[in-house]
Amino acid sequence: MSDVVEKTLTALPGLLSLDSQSTKLSSTSKLGNLIRGITELTSKHEEEKLIQRELTSIKEQVSSPNTSMRQMKELMVRAIYCEMLGYEASFSYIHAIKLAQQGTALEKRVGYLAVSLFLNESHELLLLLVNTVLKDLQSTNLIEVCMALTVVSQMFPKDMIPAILPLVEEKLNHPKEIIRRKAVLALYKFYLIAPNQVQHIHNKFRKALCDKDPGVMTASLHIYLQMIQENPEGYKDLTTSFVTILKQVVGGKLPMDFNYHSVPAPWLQIQLLRILLFCSTIFLCRDVAALCIHCVSLFFYCIQPLSSFPAILYESAKCIGNFVLSLKINLKYLGLKALTYVVQQHPKLALQHQMTIIECLDHPDLIIKRETLELLFRITNAQNVSVIVEKMLEFLPFLKIMLCCCIIYTLFIVLILFSYEEYTYAPDNEWFIETMSTVFSVGGDMMQPDIPNSFLKLLSEGFDSVEEDRKLRLFAVDSYVSLLQGEPGKLPQRFLQVISWVLGEYSYLREELEAATVLRLLAKLLDMKSTSSETKSWVLMAMTKLCEGGAGVSVTQEVCETYGSSLDTVLRQRAQELQHLSQDCELRARVLPRGAGLEPLEVDSSLSFLDGFVSEALAAGAAPYKAPHQRQEELAQAKALSLEPYGLSLPISMSSCSIADRQSPTLLSVSSGLSGDSPDLSHKGGSTTLKLDGVKRVWGREGYLSEREPVEESAHVEVPSPLQSPSQQGEADSSQSQTLTPIPTPQPEQEKQQLASSLFVGLGSQSSVCLMGKSESTTQRFRRKAKGTVSSSGASEQISNSLASTPSTANHLLCNNLLDSNITSDLAVSSLEQTSQLSQGPAAANGICDVELTGSDMSETSPTLIRDNGVVAADPAPHEDPDKLKDLCLRTHLPAEFSGLCHSEITPLCTNQTLDFSACHLQKEDSLALVAFIYNCILMFCSFQVSCVCDSPVQEARSHSVAVCQYSLTVKRPSVHVEVVGTASYQFPAGTPHSAQFSYKLPLTSFIRPLTVSTEEYGAMWLDFSHDTKQKLTLISDGQEPLTDTLNVLKKKLQLHVVEIIGMEGIVACRLLRDQPCLMHCRLHAGTLSVWLRSPVPDLPDCLMYHCQRALQEH
Amino acid sequence: MQFMLLFSRQGKLRLQKWYVPLSDKERKKISRDLVQTILARKPKMCSFLEWRDLKIVYKRYASLYFCCAVEDQDNELITLEIIHRYVELLDKYFGSVCELDIIFNFEKAYFILDEFLLGGEAQETSKKNVLKAIEQADLLFNNYLNNSLFIGIAAKHFVKSSNGCSANFA
Repeated sequence: MSDVVEKTLTALPGLLSLDSQSTKLSSTSKLGNLIRGITELTSKHEEEKLIQRELTSIKEQVSSPNTSMRQMKELMVRAIYCEMLGYEASFSYIHAIKLAQQGTALEKRVGYLAVSLFLNESHELLLLLVNTVLKDLQSTNLIEVCMALTVVSQMFPKDMIPAILPLVEEKLNHPKEIIRRKAVLALYKFYLIAPNQVQHIHNKFRKALCDKDPGVMTASLHIYLQMIQENPEGYKDLTTSFVTILKQVVGGKLPMDFNYHSVPAPWLQIQLLRILLFCSTIFLCRDVAALCIHCVSLFFYCIQPLSSFPAILYESAKCIGNFVLSLKINLKYLGLKALTYVVQQHPKLALQHQMTIIECLDHPDLIIKRETLELLFRITNAQNVSVIVEKMLEFLPFLKIMLCCCIIYTLFIVLILFSYEEYTYAPDNEWFIETMSTVFSVGGDMMQPDIPNSFLKLLSEGFDSVEEDRKLRLFAVDSYVSLLQGEPGKLPQRFLQVISWVLGEYSYLREELEAATVLRLLAKLLDMKSTSSETKSWVLMAMTKLCEGGAGVSVTQEVCETYGSSLDTVLRQRAQELQHLSQDCELRARVLPRGAGLEPLEVDSSLSFLDGFVSEALAAGAAPYKAPHQRQEELAQAKALSLEPYGLSLPISMSSCSIADRQSPTLLSVSSGLSGDSPDLSHKGGSTTLKLDGVKRVWGREGYLSEREPVEESAHVEVPSPLQSPSQQGEADSSQSQTLTPIPTPQPEQEKQQLASSLFVGLGSQSSVCLMGKSESTTQRFRRKAKGTVSSSGASEQISNSLASTPSTANHLLCNNLLDSNITSDLAVSSLEQTSQLSQGPAAANGICDVELTGSDMSETSPTLIRDNGVVAADPAPHEDPDKLKDLCLRTHLPAEFSGLCHSEITPLCTNQTLDFSACHLQKEDSLALVAFIYNCILMFCSFQVSCVCDSPVQEARSHSVAVCQYSLTVKRPSVHVEVVGTASYQFPAGTPHSAQFSYKLPLTSFIRPLTVSTEEYGAMWLDFSHDTKQKLTLISDGQEPLTDTLNVLKKKLQLHVVEIIGMEGIVACRLLRDQPCLMHCRLHAGTLSVWLRSPVPDLPDCLMYHCQRALQEH
Repeated sequence: MQFMLLFSRQGKLRLQKWYVPLSDKERKKISRDLVQTILARKPKMCSFLEWRDLKIVYKRYASLYFCCAVEDQDNELITLEIIHRYVELLDKYFGSVCELDIIFNFEKAYFILDEFLLGGEAQETSKKNVLKAIEQADLLFNNYLNNSLFIGIAAKHFVKSSNGCSANFA
């Protein structure tokens, strides 16, 4: 029947106008009157009166049997309205259920709505709804089924699920998609509240996932997200389906009406992404992220969980950049948030946005400010902690305005922990105490109780130096005394407690300060109205510690009198303690030894010393002790009607009453042998030694504990070379100035930059250099004379670090000048150690060599180098086949250590009548050796000098003999080919000096060595590298596995290290000599190989890409 | 999603939907606190708040504030889009919606919300499908409301269509 009605009605479009008429009608209805009545009213009081009147009238009508269902509906709407305004209409709840039960479709709808608005899941009236729901689920009317399912998926009593579960399950096969969708959501709800009850229908969920209607499929994803979250392993097989769905969605396969502002079903995409994050592997995720990278807003979703995946992080960093820089405040906020998340692992990422972050600090929106502070907190290290704490303190006054206490909590914890452990870095005691005072007085009572405790613990435990501790405490005493002399009434309670503890414990340190003065100050606190009784007991405790004869007696006496009869038991007890101890000096010295804060007090928690007393009391007829929970139970029983005659309840209540103040062992009146198992008896101890177990240690002495790594990183300093050549210095300087922004900045900008430099100090190794220079003065501030051991300024040393991370050694000579000024302007070969070796020569030359070798890494091998190979020297060299022979003979001249290595062809460099100059290169594990052969063709003795990468010592070559020079080369700045240029100058004993130019060309590949890393290391390195290039290369496709084949060719030709090949992707690593790594990521894509190279060295990726290309072409 | 609130610039609640079981007292306290906090914020400030352990996403449309509370792992931006989608739906249904529409027909606004979000999760994001569902229910609703009129029209229609059928058969 309903189908008929439906058809009929859809055939009448005119109804829609009727519909709008009817909505207008309702404005003249009673509800309309009510609403208008309310808006006309001016005062809250009148409104209340009106609503109460309204409610009374509703109540009357609702309970009248004559009210029709239609009227009931009207009444219900009004009741909902009153509830919404905050007036209770609980009388109407039952009628709402009745309406849902008895009404026809239209009233039912309102009835269900009222039920879902009025009641919550745990409401007992909901049980009455079960039958109605059951009936409606079986109805043939679609709308009724829909309504029932809607209410079921919003709220349903957990225990009643089995009653309707089969019906809901059945609806999964319903022909109408809206019913299927709602049924899936209802099952999702059941899964949330009672997962074990829907276990058996898991395969039906799969059917829902494959439903032809996108709405049903989307709904089923809610369930899958939940299930996969709980058991990521269990649904691995579905991963591909999710990816396929996502691909289809992104590809625009959904109907147009799922688009949201031209983005295809963003909610669905996000849902799928969330699922995939739980169940997929790293490469899959990359795939997925690539899919939705186009959609910025969507992509943000991936940032958080994905930031551990290198490739994504790179993209997300870009994305975050866009967000942070965005003018739209919402995006900015999200950008900051994402950045906060990401910098925890990669603090360097913050560097790019330093100026934006600085601007955000001054943002009028507190939320943005707060987020920025949190970000700063994440990048805190030893060097910038002071500045960051300062910034945070600036923020403190605003916090009061905000109602969000959790923010306050977190910030204070953050702040206090900073100051707490960062004490090591704090400039001085004054700074620390003052900062803490500010925090206490502003943060006040909103902070968590363990925060003052940790501060007090710090004070009492102190540091390594006794003198330093004394000074700190002394300063604390001084500053607190002056605070108390001011206006203590304004200080928050927590702070007053801290103050009184400190004064009680340490005021003896200040000798000229009389105990009586402190006592008077403390007594003043007691008189203040605002002081809470908890604070008062702290104050009394402090007074107990201080009362020591003399002038203080009158004050203590007065206080004791006032509080000795206080209604507060704790206070009264403290007052009694004070009284007794102030009179009995000996006992006081025993109970509260001065300066003994550190030794743990021994507390006899079993209170065995009272055993005698207890047995006496028991013998005298006292009731035995009952533990608190026992008493509670009895109390509960007592509340129930007791039909038994009254027993001897009086003594029991007496004893429990006196047990209540058993805080002090000295005053304990009644206890029993049973008290041994009462755990909270250590209270007495707790008040002197602090409870600190709950305090989480986020900060270690070295800094934020989880951030150890970055801190260490910034502390990693390479030894600057004392003999750095001027040219290299200049170069390093110039490259530093390149990273600096070249535009001269106006004054406020400069201030900001100054701030930035102090905030971001010590974050990155390379890019931070640009700001380091300025921050030098700031870093100085952090040094503490006494214990600045850990934090000594890494920054200032980093400045002298040249960009090329190669440590220069002593024999680093003018070769750079030569190379830089020569033809090879952009390719510079720097030899950092040079070893020249004369294989055959006078001992004098060897002697020089030895000197040269000192300190170079080849010094161990030098004895073997000097081995005489006189056989060759005696070679008369007949001239039949000069070239070949020469090659052969030269080859024999190769130093012995290279004999096992393959060397390149020996190429002649320059030849004239007198000298024959040739060279070859050899690849060694950690260097490239260039061996030059000088063959003296004429029968004369000549001396010569080769200045190639560096000057070799003057050598002498006898006639027809071969002199060998060897150099070890490294690349300073990569280029496709490396050219070594040099001059050989030679002189015959009696003649003018001659010189010959030569150049030797080497491909970059000779400098490439495999880099053995694990996939994890690779991942970590990938992020840190800033220079990259991407290109598509041709694939070697003759074999079965093109990727593996191609990578093998590259491996063979270029000496790369293949880290891992997973499916269509492979990662490869290599390094340029001197440990300059280059990482390569290859991916098969449409028959080509997409290669992505990254390295910390500029130009290296490009050059390497060229060689890869060549290697593959040549193949 | 934990709950959704609609309130006016004067702080009057216009609609509230709770997806987590909370006592009446808690609800009142939460909505009072939130309304105060949000109304105190300036228009140029960002739409997100961190409030207790929830994320609050709000947006102002004319004189009406829409405010959602989501869990920590939820995305703020997409929640903002949910709000916007809901406003779009209201707009489509009422035809350039204004606050008065929602005040006087708040039950309709609830019905739309129930078709769009169910149990705190997005149920149907296709605008067309949501509105279709609402219209169908409304038609039924009006059918009963204007019973006499409808029966008349429907009867006529039936006669017509059955006439057409029989004509075809003939």
